[in-house]
Amino acid sequence: MANGTAAAHVNDVDFYHYEGKHKGIMSWLLTTDHKRIGIMYLAAIVVFFLAAMMLGVLMRIEALTPGQTIMKPQTYNSIFTFHGVIMIFLFIIPAVPAVFGNFFLPIQLGAKDVSFPRLNLFSWYLYMAGGLIALLSLFTGGGAADTGWTFYVPYSIRSSANVSLSVFGAFVLGFSSIVTGLNFITTIHRMRAPGMSWFRMPLFAWALYATSWIQVLATPVIGITLFLIVLERAFGIGVFDPALGGDPLLYQHMFWIYSHPAVYIMILPAMGVVSEIIPTFAKKDIFGYKQIALSSLAIALIGYLVWGHHMFTSGMSDTSRVVFSLLTFLVAIPTGVKVFNWVATLYKGSIEIKVPLLFVMAFIFIFSIGGLTGLVQGALATDIHLTDTYFIVGHFHYVMFGGMGTIFFAALHYWFPKMFGKTYNEKVAIISATLFVIGFNMFYFTMFILGYLGMPRRYYDYLPQYQGLHVFSSIGAFIMVTGIVLMFGNLLRGLIKGEKATANPWGGTTLEWRIASPPPLENFDEIPVVTGGPYVHDRETYIMNPIKVIHKEEEAVH
Amino acid sequence: MSNNTSSETHHMSYGTYIMVWLGLVALTAITVSVAGLNFGSITLTVALLIATAKTFLVMNYFMHVKFEHTVFKIFIAVCIITFIIMITLTFFDLSFR
Amino acid sequence: MSDEVIESVALHPTSHATGHVHRDDEASKMGMWLFLFTELLLFGGMFLLYAGYRFLYPDGFKAAALEMNSFIGAVNTIILLTSSLSIALSIAALQKEQKKLSIALLVFTLFCGLAFLVNKYFEWSHEIHNGIYPKGPALENMSEGEILYFGLYYTMTGLHGLHVIVGMIFIGVVLAFVVKNKISSTNYTRLENAGLYWHLVDIIWIFLFPLFYLIH
Repeated sequence: MANGTAAAHVNDVDFYHYEGKHKGIMSWLLTTDHKRIGIMYLAAIVVFFLAAMMLGVLMRIEALTPGQTIMKPQTYNSIFTFHGVIMIFLFIIPAVPAVFGNFFLPIQLGAKDVSFPRLNLFSWYLYMAGGLIALLSLFTGGGAADTGWTFYVPYSIRSSANVSLSVFGAFVLGFSSIVTGLNFITTIHRMRAPGMSWFRMPLFAWALYATSWIQVLATPVIGITLFLIVLERAFGIGVFDPALGGDPLLYQHMFWIYSHPAVYIMILPAMGVVSEIIPTFAKKDIFGYKQIALSSLAIALIGYLVWGHHMFTSGMSDTSRVVFSLLTFLVAIPTGVKVFNWVATLYKGSIEIKVPLLFVMAFIFIFSIGGLTGLVQGALATDIHLTDTYFIVGHFHYVMFGGMGTIFFAALHYWFPKMFGKTYNEKVAIISATLFVIGFNMFYFTMFILGYLGMPRRYYDYLPQYQGLHVFSSIGAFIMVTGIVLMFGNLLRGLIKGEKATANPWGGTTLEWRIASPPPLENFDEIPVVTGGPYVHDRETYIMNPIKVIHKEEEAVH
Repeated sequence: MSNNTSSETHHMSYGTYIMVWLGLVALTAITVSVAGLNFGSITLTVALLIATAKTFLVMNYFMHVKFEHTVFKIFIAVCIITFIIMITLTFFDLSFR
Repeated sequence: MSDEVIESVALHPTSHATGHVHRDDEASKMGMWLFLFTELLLFGGMFLLYAGYRFLYPDGFKAAALEMNSFIGAVNTIILLTSSLSIALSIAALQKEQKKLSIALLVFTLFCGLAFLVNKYFEWSHEIHNGIYPKGPALENMSEGEILYFGLYYTMTGLHGLHVIVGMIFIGVVLAFVVKNKISSTNYTRLENAGLYWHLVDIIWIFLFPLFYLIH
C-alpha cells in the first residue's frame, strides 16, 4: 500500500505544521486546505465584526443626547449604512458557513477536503476583494454611502455619495457566497463517506445544505439588482428611476427576493450548530433528527415565499399584503419544530453546562423573543404602526445578532479546542457570556419599547422624552461590548497561552471529535465507514481505519 | 452516491443532434411567422410556449439532461420552480395594484 | 459488521486507494450545473423586470418593438442554434476519437459566436445612430414604456453579449486543451462544461428573441 505510507507521512503533524510546497505566509495565501481557508475567513470576519461593532458603539454614543452629541447627521447616515453593510454582507452571511462550514463540513462528512478546493480559495479572495472595495468606497468619490444597507431607489440613484462602489462591493461578496454555496452542495452530494446516508449526516451538514441552496438560487437576483443600480447611476439607463417611468417597488421586490431568503442564509447554519451542541452536552441522541433535518429544507423553501412582508407600507397591492402576511406565519412552523426538538433533547439528558451550551440556551431565549416579535410585524395591522421604528431595529437585532451572533460565539467556544488545539479559561468565558446576555437584553429590549412609543429608526435626532430609554439602551450596549471584548481577549489568551486540548474534550459524537486536535492535513488516514447516526452516545457508529480493521480481522482468522 | 459511469457512457449519434437542430430551426421559423398573425392576447403565450419547447429540446438533447441522473432533473426543477415563485408572487402585487 | 465494512470499502475504491487527489467528473458537472442556475436566475431577475414593465406599459413596449429588425434577430437565433449544434457535435466527435473533426467544430462554434457579436454590433450602432440610447435625443422624447423597453433591451442583450464573449473565451481555452491532448476521449468533462455554458447562452437568447423582437 504505497498510498497508505504517503498518507501516514502527510498526517504525522497537524495541518498548521505541515510543510507543503509553500512556506510562511504563502502557505496560507496559496492554500487549498479547507481548514486553513476556514481560519483565514475567521481572521477576516472577526476583524470586520469588531470594526462594525465599533461603528455601532459610535451610534449608541450619538444617541445619548438629542441633537448632536459627537457627529454630524451626514456622518451618522454613513455610519449606520456601513454598520449594516459590514455586519450583513461581511459578518452575518458568511460567518458560520465560511468559517465553521469550511473547517468542519468535510470532516463531518468523512472527507479529506471539499469538492473544489481551488474554487474554495478563490471564494476567499472574492470575499476579501468585496470587503476591500466596500472599504475603499468610504474614502473615494462622494464619500461613504448614506442610503442604508438596503440601497433603496430612487435615493440610491441620486445620492451624491459613492453608492456605486459600495454596491459593487456587495456584488462581489455575493459572488463569493455563491461559489461557497455550490461548493458545499457538490461536496455534500459527492464526498460523503461510505455508509453515510442522507439521514446519517450531522444536522450541521443538513443546515449547510439548505443554506447553500438559498445562496445559489437567491444571490444572483441581488447581484443583477445591484448591478442595475450601478448601470443606472453610470449611464442613466431607465430601469428603476421613476422619472423615466421605472417602478421603485420592483426594486424593493427584487431586493427582498434575495434579502429575505438571506435572513435564512444567516440563521440556518446557526441552527445547525445548535443541533450539534445540544446532543453533545445533553449526552443524548437528538430528539426528532429527521424533523430537524427536513425543517431546514422547509425553512429554506418558505423563506422564498415571504419577502413581501418587508414592504407592507411601501404601497403594494392589498391582495399581496394579505398573501404575504399569511405566508409569513408559515415560517413559525418549521422554526417551532426545531425549538421544541432542541428542548426535548435536553429533557432527561445528563446535561453538562459548559460555555457553548450556555450560549445555546441564551440563544433559545433570545431567538424566541426575536421570533415572536417577528409575528407581531408579520401581522398587517400591527406592522403599520411599528414599521420603520426602533421596534424593527430591536427585532432584527434579536434574530440576527441574538440568533446568529450568539451562535457564532457558541461555535467558537465549542470548536475552539478542535480548531486550535488549545483550551481557554472557562471562568472568564462564563463571565463574558453573562455580560453579553445581560447587556444584549438591556440594549435591544429597550428598543422594542422605544419603537412602540414611536421612535423612528435611522433618525439622528429625537424628542427629549425618549432620552431616558436611549441612555438605558446605550448602557446595555456598553455592557454587551465589554462582554464581547472580554470574550475575544479570553480566546486570544487561550490561543497563545492555553493548555493543549485533547481530541474530544466535550464527549462529542460526530467525526471531527474522532481525529486529533488540531486535525492533520488530510483529516483521516483512511476514509472512515459510517454504520449509524451522528449523535449515538452508547455505541460506536464509525469505523475509523476500515482497511486496517479488515486486515486485523483477517489476521485473527488465520 | 458515487457511480461515476452511467451518464457518461451514453453517446448520441450525429444524426440525432442534426435532427434536433432541424427541429429547433423549424420552431424558430414558426415563431417568426406566427408573430405576424394577430392572436390578440394569446400572442405572447404562443411565443413563450414555442420558446419553452425549444429550451426543452436544447436541454434534453444538447445538454444531455435526458440521460442524466434523477438528481440533476430535480435540481433543474427546483431552479425553475424558484423562478416561477418569484414571478407569481410579484404579480400578486402588480396585477392587483 | 466487518462484512459491511468490506462491502463499503470495495464499493468506494477511489476514495480509499488514491488518497487526496481524485477525479470526480460527476462532481464537476454538478458544480457546473449549479453555476448555470445562478446564471439563469441572474437573467431571471431581468426577465422578472421585463414581465413587470411589459405588464405596466403594454403599449409602450409594442411601439418600441417596431424599431427592431426581427430579421436580424432571427438570423442571430439561427446562428446561435447552429453553434449549439456544432459544439454538441464536437463533444460527440471527441468521444469517437475524431480529434480533428472535434477541433474543426469548436473553431466553427467560435466563428458563429463572432458572427453573432458582429450582427449585434451593427444592430446597436444602428440604434445609437438613430439617437436611441440612454439620454439620447430620440429616446428622451419617447414615452415611459419605450424608455424602459430600451433600458431593458440594452441591459439584457448587453449582458447576454457579455456571456457570449465569456463563453467564447471558455471554448477557446478548452480548444487549446483539446489540441494539446489535455482533453481527450477519456477526459472530456471540461469540454462538456464549456458546451453546457454555451447551450445556456443559447437558451437565454431563445427567450430574448421573441420577447424583444416579436411583439405585435
